[in-house]
Amino acid sequence: MLVRAARREIARRGPHQQITGPELEDLAYQAARDALLAIVQKIGQFRSESRFTTWAYKFVVFEVSAKIGRHFWRNPARSPDAEDWDRLPDRFGFDPARESEWRDLLGAVRRAVETELTPRQREVFVAIVLNDVPLDALVVKLGSNRNAIYKTMFDARRELRAALGANGYLNDEKSRRS
Amino acid sequence: MNGWTSLDRFLRTDPRDVGCAEAIAMLHVYVDLVATGAPVQERYPGIAAHLRACGPCGEDFEGLLATVEGTGQS
Repeated sequence: MLVRAARREIARRGPHQQITGPELEDLAYQAARDALLAIVQKIGQFRSESRFTTWAYKFVVFEVSAKIGRHFWRNPARSPDAEDWDRLPDRFGFDPARESEWRDLLGAVRRAVETELTPRQREVFVAIVLNDVPLDALVVKLGSNRNAIYKTMFDARRELRAALGANGYLNDEKSRRS
Repeated sequence: MNGWTSLDRFLRTDPRDVGCAEAIAMLHVYVDLVATGAPVQERYPGIAAHLRACGPCGEDFEGLLATVEGTGQS
């Protein structure tokens, strides 16, 4: 039952993750095995707030997430530390033909990243935003946990928004422009 | 969606966002409520805000919901 759930979950994410065939089967068995260990260890924490099967399947889904995060580093597209700022327009879908309209804004984003963020926030921003490193993969790379990395990114987003707002960027009128 | 809107959404944070730890801890309860059609966003606005903003937790939510529905639990 757990293997079947893991297999289905990996396949659901598979087209994006490019995990198929024997690799999918291997990951499914590993995820189901580790989920079973977690279920056995934590069964005393089950409080009947949901169906037991939903609670149990949660560990399968978490294990699939963690294993896909580790799988990312088998063949990363680029170094998580590389700072290719030329990727920023494409990352947010800015039209190259209208560069004169957004060049200043993205310059301000870069300056804010360099001056307003802490080294840790900057490291996480560069990996996730510039280098497309999935958050769960970055968790593995930094030996951290999802909550800590998300909080770091959450604070970075808030700092950047405040800095851009203080300098007259990202007001509602500009956001609505096509 | 244009680049301005996309960047604006990315940088926008919701103060109700509970973070990954709390969302993960309650995910099974949240998913069961969604599967039964309960008004879960009103009951757990902080988790709903988090699942909208956090890609990995949103993916886990979608996966658990699909698993529950795929096994005929709901």
